[in-house]
Amino acid sequence: MIAQDIGLWAVPVAILGGAIRVSTPFLFVSLGEAITERSGRINLGLEGTLVFGAMSAYAVAYQTGSAWLGVVAAAFAGTLFGLFHGWVCKLPKVNDIAIGIALMLLGMGLAFFFGKPYIQPVAPDLPAIPLGFWSDIPQVQAALRVNVLFLIGIVLVLAVAWVFRSTRIGLIIRVVGDSSDAARAMGINANVVRLLATATGGAMAGIGGAYLSLYYPGSWNEGISSGQGLMAVALVIFARWSPVNCFWAALLFGGAGALGPALQSVGVTQGYYLFYAAPYILTLGLLVATSSTTQALTGAPGELSITK
Amino acid sequence: MDQQVPLAETEMEPATPGAAPAGSALAGLARRSEAVVLPVAALLVGLLLFSLFLIAIGKSPVDFYALVYKAGFGTTFSWENTLSRTAPLLLAALCVAIPANLGLVVIGGEGAIVLGGLATGVFGMYATGLPSIVALPAMGLFGALFGGLWIAAVGAMRIRRGVNETISSLLMAYIAIALMNHFVEGPFRDPASLNKPSTAPLEAAYRIGSIPGFDVHWGIVVGIVACILSWLLIERTTWGFAARIVGGNIRAAQIQGLPVGRLMIGFCGLAGGFAGLAGMLEVTAVHGSANGSLASGYGYTGILIAFLARQNMLAIIPVAILLAGFEASSGLIQRRMDLPDAAILVLQGFVFVTILIGETAMGRLKIFRPDMWRRP
Repeated sequence: MIAQDIGLWAVPVAILGGAIRVSTPFLFVSLGEAITERSGRINLGLEGTLVFGAMSAYAVAYQTGSAWLGVVAAAFAGTLFGLFHGWVCKLPKVNDIAIGIALMLLGMGLAFFFGKPYIQPVAPDLPAIPLGFWSDIPQVQAALRVNVLFLIGIVLVLAVAWVFRSTRIGLIIRVVGDSSDAARAMGINANVVRLLATATGGAMAGIGGAYLSLYYPGSWNEGISSGQGLMAVALVIFARWSPVNCFWAALLFGGAGALGPALQSVGVTQGYYLFYAAPYILTLGLLVATSSTTQALTGAPGELSITK
Repeated sequence: MDQQVPLAETEMEPATPGAAPAGSALAGLARRSEAVVLPVAALLVGLLLFSLFLIAIGKSPVDFYALVYKAGFGTTFSWENTLSRTAPLLLAALCVAIPANLGLVVIGGEGAIVLGGLATGVFGMYATGLPSIVALPAMGLFGALFGGLWIAAVGAMRIRRGVNETISSLLMAYIAIALMNHFVEGPFRDPASLNKPSTAPLEAAYRIGSIPGFDVHWGIVVGIVACILSWLLIERTTWGFAARIVGGNIRAAQIQGLPVGRLMIGFCGLAGGFAGLAGMLEVTAVHGSANGSLASGYGYTGILIAFLARQNMLAIIPVAILLAGFEASSGLIQRRMDLPDAAILVLQGFVFVTILIGETAMGRLKIFRPDMWRRP
């Protein structure tokens, strides 16, 4: 029973724990978006996919009693959204940013529509692994209860980084993203590659949503995501389209998101809403600091509409 | 079949100079009607798809549209309800359409609405005792100023730092909502507002009343005038012409020596000013104080309206009335058909997607080509 009261140390510990807890949806969405954007398309609709993923995961987990089936359902729903986005963008004169906005609104509308009956019921949670077993400080134990999806996310980050760096598939995606003409010269159908990359991104955003409703905060309601999907898209730009950077950026954003609750836990309640806005301000600040009008961003795919 | 395809293409060759005058009038009509007919067709397809969606979940689309008509457009009362909701939608749509004419996709109008409303509520708390004729314009300017600065910042970040305006404007909207919550729950909270934190209620002279004979507040007039003035600005002035050059080809505008940065920031500021004015109207005409009800999604519906109107400020007026009617019917549809309130969101999503897919048909359908109508 030593050191029960760890005083102000509770804040960094809570932020670390919060960073791990809050970062997982950022990690999945930004990793998915990194794949999509590397192929030369931007999907701004991932916010809608995230919310729809959260709803479908919660509904399926509640109906079947299995949280993992919920994750599969969210990934499937996300794939459908991604395929639709990819298909529509293939049509001439269709702007990928505009269709992203439309799908963001449609995804949220459909999620709220079908999610109405699931606001009350309690669905099973995803399991967590207590990595803080070595410590007898409850705050540390709480901070290091790590969800399985977070660990899967880390594995995926390394896998995607490897795919981009040293596989044929990664090379094809990068070529398509950098130059449609070069891809055509190599006999690659750019539209098919982008369709599949957008579908993969959608599936990952769906899984990110499943984490929201099945683990943290762990319930389904209409305010479950307030822009996480969108911030993740911004985060990809900041991470310079590198999967490993996406991981660090997601942790940073998770920490910013955990700032408000962490300060609240030690009794700072003043300005709760301002701390709540910290991730948005951080995102905006990073975009302003790291964008440039005079030179192309390092690592930016050449075909990407937002950096052209 | 193989022989018919090239034949069809040769028929599309430009008409001979000696075409009949009656034919060319028809040709001009065909060309101009495309911008109206295609969006309307896309809207109808969207409504049709939503009907199929309703059938798939076992609800009657006939009942649905009958209720929309009844609650949105059927009676004087429903028209009053619809037109009261139209005012903020007109201004919110301008916040999308004006930057769109410069090639910017700004979707964070909600933030400017919220800040404009907050500024109005705070103004009413501290500048008391003014006559209506001074207070209302002052609050309008104050609300527009804050909304304008907010969206001008989006334009400035775009031109100075190359930050994507779509992402930054939406982030700014979340920040604005957080700021509003902070201020109405903290520094500017009226202690008497228990359940719903608000600024102090505005005094009677600070409220906007109804148009005589209708239960519709003056906001609808403000909104329509704003649309007409914006249209004149964009279509009939040199500033608007310069803005459209920036929207058409930013490099060409720079080479021409146009002040691209000032144009972008200025027009974004104007757009945000209109959204801020929408917030002011909501506070002075509807809520009576600034509170969380300001973030009610008008900014997001405004995005859809602007795209449906193809960023034309005059077309915004009928489109906004139509969508306001849909939103006005939401309550009745919930009660009568046992549908969630998100049904209207789904409908809007369907229409948004079909309208964008409809863009792909622009300039590709033969019936809109003048040549089709010039031949005898």
